[in-house]
Amino acid sequence: MEENITLEDIIRPENLVFQKTKLFTEKPLSYCPGCGHGVIHRLVLEVLEEMGISEQTIGVAPVGCSVLAYEFMDIDMQQAAHGRAPAVATGIKRVFPEKFVFTYQGDGDLAAIGTAETIHACNRGENITIIFVNNGIYGMTGGQMAPTTLPGMRASTCPYGRDVKSMGHPLKITELIAQLPGTSFVTRQAVHTPGNVRKAKKAILKAFQNQKEKKGLSFVEVVSNCNSGWKVSPVQANKWMVENMFPFYPLGDIKDV
Amino acid sequence: MKELRLMKGNEAIAEAAIRCGADAYFGYPITPQSEVMEYLMAERPEQRTGMVVLQAESEVASINMIYGAAGCGKKAMTSSSSPGISLMQEGLSYIAGAELPCLVVNVVRGGPGLGTIQPSQADYFQATKGGGHGDYHLIVLAPASVQEMCDFVKDGFDLAFQYRNPVMILTDGAIGQMMEKVELFEQIPRSETQPEWACVGKPATRGRSIITSLELDPNRQEQFNLKLQKKYREIEAKEVRYEKIQCDDAEYLFVAYGTSSRICQKSVQLAREKGIKVGLFRPISLYPFPYEAIESLSKQVKGILSVEMSAGQMIEDIRLAVHDRIKVQHYGRFGGMMPVPSEILQQLETQIIGG
Ligand SMILES: Cc1ncc(C[n+]2csc(CCOP(=O)(O)OP(=O)(O)O)c2C)c(N)n1
Ligand code: SF4
Repeated sequence: MEENITLEDIIRPENLVFQKTKLFTEKPLSYCPGCGHGVIHRLVLEVLEEMGISEQTIGVAPVGCSVLAYEFMDIDMQQAAHGRAPAVATGIKRVFPEKFVFTYQGDGDLAAIGTAETIHACNRGENITIIFVNNGIYGMTGGQMAPTTLPGMRASTCPYGRDVKSMGHPLKITELIAQLPGTSFVTRQAVHTPGNVRKAKKAILKAFQNQKEKKGLSFVEVVSNCNSGWKVSPVQANKWMVENMFPFYPLGDIKDV
Repeated sequence: MKELRLMKGNEAIAEAAIRCGADAYFGYPITPQSEVMEYLMAERPEQRTGMVVLQAESEVASINMIYGAAGCGKKAMTSSSSPGISLMQEGLSYIAGAELPCLVVNVVRGGPGLGTIQPSQADYFQATKGGGHGDYHLIVLAPASVQEMCDFVKDGFDLAFQYRNPVMILTDGAIGQMMEKVELFEQIPRSETQPEWACVGKPATRGRSIITSLELDPNRQEQFNLKLQKKYREIEAKEVRYEKIQCDDAEYLFVAYGTSSRICQKSVQLAREKGIKVGLFRPISLYPFPYEAIESLSKQVKGILSVEMSAGQMIEDIRLAVHDRIKVQHYGRFGGMMPVPSEILQQLETQIIGG
């Protein structure tokens, strides 16, 4: 064991074990500490960098906590109206069929206000990638009930817990769109442990490779946390997610053709 | 060689779209304009020019597909009729806020609500005063013939790209459905390049192209709004269009656009046969509205009858132009009804000349 290891030794290039992808801008992430959005951004950008396709990629940011994704990702991007990212991405992909196009959407955006756009983009088999961040709540607007809020789970618009009799059941939109012939790869991932991060990255990589092979729509759900909206600490949030979200939204590939 | 064809207004829109080198059309069926997409699909524009045509799941989707394609610097358009245009308002506000060029055709039908499929001009306020949320304007062109339906598609795209602003062709079911002779312009090739602001994928040599209407800092949002307003003042100064018919010796004036102006042309003839000197002023650009031209005519004529297939919307702009100097009244049929030339003349006689 080295005795007098100095700072210079530690930061030597050959000792580098982790580096921020070049596709992150210098802008500090605005997400709450512990939020999954930052990790998921990184995975998307790492995949674009490793595939060498960032110069041919156009991203679509939603309305939601990730509305400012275009400030953090050093690629060309469009900001879409709430729920309309799949339609915007369709417009882009149809005029630029050779470019890589992805949307990055929350559950309110993708599975409530934008349900029609989601289902029809999937059904047409638009050759795009959808990254769906499911945190079971409306983060940006302060923790209201989402289409994916669990039964009994509290949110600011269901302060006594989601009553499925009057408020409806959580929507498993990922299972739903997997039924459509236009989707080629549908998977559910998480990023709360290094192992899950690695798996999620593989899934995102595959989702972009599918675009190259013109396979149709690839859909990657990432079950994530929202410690601010759930009103718990980041550590408790991940624990709660494992215990409550995963049984309802089981991880793994749902469709791969 | 001039190419003459007998066409419906809606077909002329579609043919002009292909010929002016449009890159994409996204739309959703609604009467009385479904022929636009039907014609396009039958023409196989993907083979003729490489133009993309896609039937969307709704007007909400189609206007957002336009946003995406326009954000790539492409010439994208849609067409619809009143209820569908209402659904597009959020998207149009985003397009105006992101300063994207595009063309939207509204073949107006009678409302409110599901209303009727018959022609109407009751969407004037929505088209010219913003329509969606926030301080913005569409450039609005009002064709009065099938020829202008064709020509304004090309002009509309030119204006849209010149000002990076959405352009609307505001027409109605009558012009959309009627057949007239059209002289078609020659095929213009689709552009192979995109403007520098477009999203095309970011090369290492430039900064990011970002298409957005978001600016959370109110100071910067105000600055952006001031920039937009400056653009609108420039449009108001440079892009006013109108036509004057028999106005030189006129003592009275009809002001009417689109279908109403066609009907009023006959009313002018009937009036002059009776010895009443009436002229017709036809606004072609509804935004920017020809305030100054109407103001100067108001110094010459004794009264104005605004004729519109609505309960009276454009009359507010005419009154603004006239500053109460002379009498301005409205005559309209609405809910899908159209006035006949003799009843318009009668209204002039009772409301303006006799009144
Ligand atoms: C048309 C429209 N309706 C409502 C809103 C307000 N709004 C902004 S973000 C949001 C919910 C976002 O939640 P989600 O998609 O789950 O993303 P998260 O913030 O949790 O990442 C809502 C309702 C809006 N911006 N536009
Ligand atoms: S509010 Fe929730 S989703 Fe939004 S940044 Fe914070 S933790 Fe993440």
